[in-house]
Amino acid sequence: MGEVKLLGTRHSPYLHRVIWALKLKGIPYEFIEQDLDNKSPLLLQSNPVHKKIPVLIHGGNPIAESVIILEYIEEKWPQNPLLPSDPYEKAVARFWVKFADEKGLSISKVLQSSGEEQEKARKESLEMLEIIEEHAPGLGQKKFFGGDKIGMVDLTLGRLAHWMGVTEEVTGVKIMEAGKFPRLEAWMKNFKEDPVIKENLPEFKDTLAVMKRHRETLLASK
Amino acid sequence: MAKSDVKLLGAWSSPFVMRARIALNIKSVDYEYQEENWLVSKSELLLKSNPIHKKVPVLIHADNPMCESLIIVQYIDEVWSSGPSILPSDPYDRATARFWSAYIDDKWFPSMIAFFWGQEEDAKKAAIAQMEEGLVLLEEAFGKCSKGKAFFGGDRIGFLDIAFGCFLGSLRVTEKAGGIELLSETKTPSLSKWAERFSSDIAVKELISDTDKLAEFGKKLQAKMTANN
Repeated sequence: MGEVKLLGTRHSPYLHRVIWALKLKGIPYEFIEQDLDNKSPLLLQSNPVHKKIPVLIHGGNPIAESVIILEYIEEKWPQNPLLPSDPYEKAVARFWVKFADEKGLSISKVLQSSGEEQEKARKESLEMLEIIEEHAPGLGQKKFFGGDKIGMVDLTLGRLAHWMGVTEEVTGVKIMEAGKFPRLEAWMKNFKEDPVIKENLPEFKDTLAVMKRHRETLLASK
Repeated sequence: MAKSDVKLLGAWSSPFVMRARIALNIKSVDYEYQEENWLVSKSELLLKSNPIHKKVPVLIHADNPMCESLIIVQYIDEVWSSGPSILPSDPYDRATARFWSAYIDDKWFPSMIAFFWGQEEDAKKAAIAQMEEGLVLLEEAFGKCSKGKAFFGGDRIGFLDIAFGCFLGSLRVTEKAGGIELLSETKTPSLSKWAERFSSDIAVKELISDTDKLAEFGKKLQAKMTANN
């Protein structure tokens, strides 16, 4: 079916969504690490519009944007489905994928800012968690958003399982108070303990070091 | 007629609502349309069906509510599978259509919004420049996606045609307000011709709003937001 290449940076939450999808479906791929300060011709050629990672290249065809990559993987390799087969349930899952993808940006903003801007991002992140805790279907009843198995919503929210904690430690800003989000906390535990996820998460201390440097560089340039 | 089985909550001025209506038209679905006068108040049904965003469009099918225009379009495509296909059949072409739709929603349309709400000349100029840049990319994308045919989707209107075409009305309002030409035969020849074909397509024609009516609504919106601040 053609070889699969994946362009990314080791500690990116977006990259990991794609890694997890490929691993869950048992798809072999070649990871090609990228230097975003010195973008490779391959990256620029594969994603000329955004020049960002991750990019999946399948049989020479590049696909950009993590959620779009997930939909492509789902369609190309239907085993171990990440989306429900029922059209309505699929529409609901896609709603939450979009919600998690868009609102999750607030957590990045907490890392990337300080003062008033950071406080605003923290409040937005908190609001996102509150909405998920209250409204997300299946949360608290099943092991994952996808049911008994990990699905696309779980992958898109994976940021909470590792990168949110890193952000909190780097910035000293608490986003998720312990005990306030019982259903989400239970989900995070299930997600992190899943063997595929567990085996495909970077070391906390390594991501911590990278994100710390990233924050310092960003704030220094402001 | 099972018209009551499908209900759409919408607003005449919304390009996002237009997406859902075009999709329903393509599939010849009989549906009940409820106009939301959202500038004044939101109906109970809307607040109940979309408690998180409280926005239109909302499609309610057999009492199941769903939100987000492009998610609704995909749902319509999957459920009414006997009608003409909206998304391409090849997964890579689907990814391409999704990519450009996301670009339009996340980058291109926000520049139009920035122009609409921009207070200073510099901000407005920057917004226009971004829109023009985007149109150059979309002109190129049209060439690749259409493969010499009439629409992004090929012989018939597809996902990307719907995702982009819904903004033609707002585009014309922007052109008038800015005294500029964004879509033109010289700058964007393919898109210019495509726009005419899209607007006269049978699934789209009845949904096109008068440019002046849209512009007037825009002014009302600006006045209301200014009054609230």
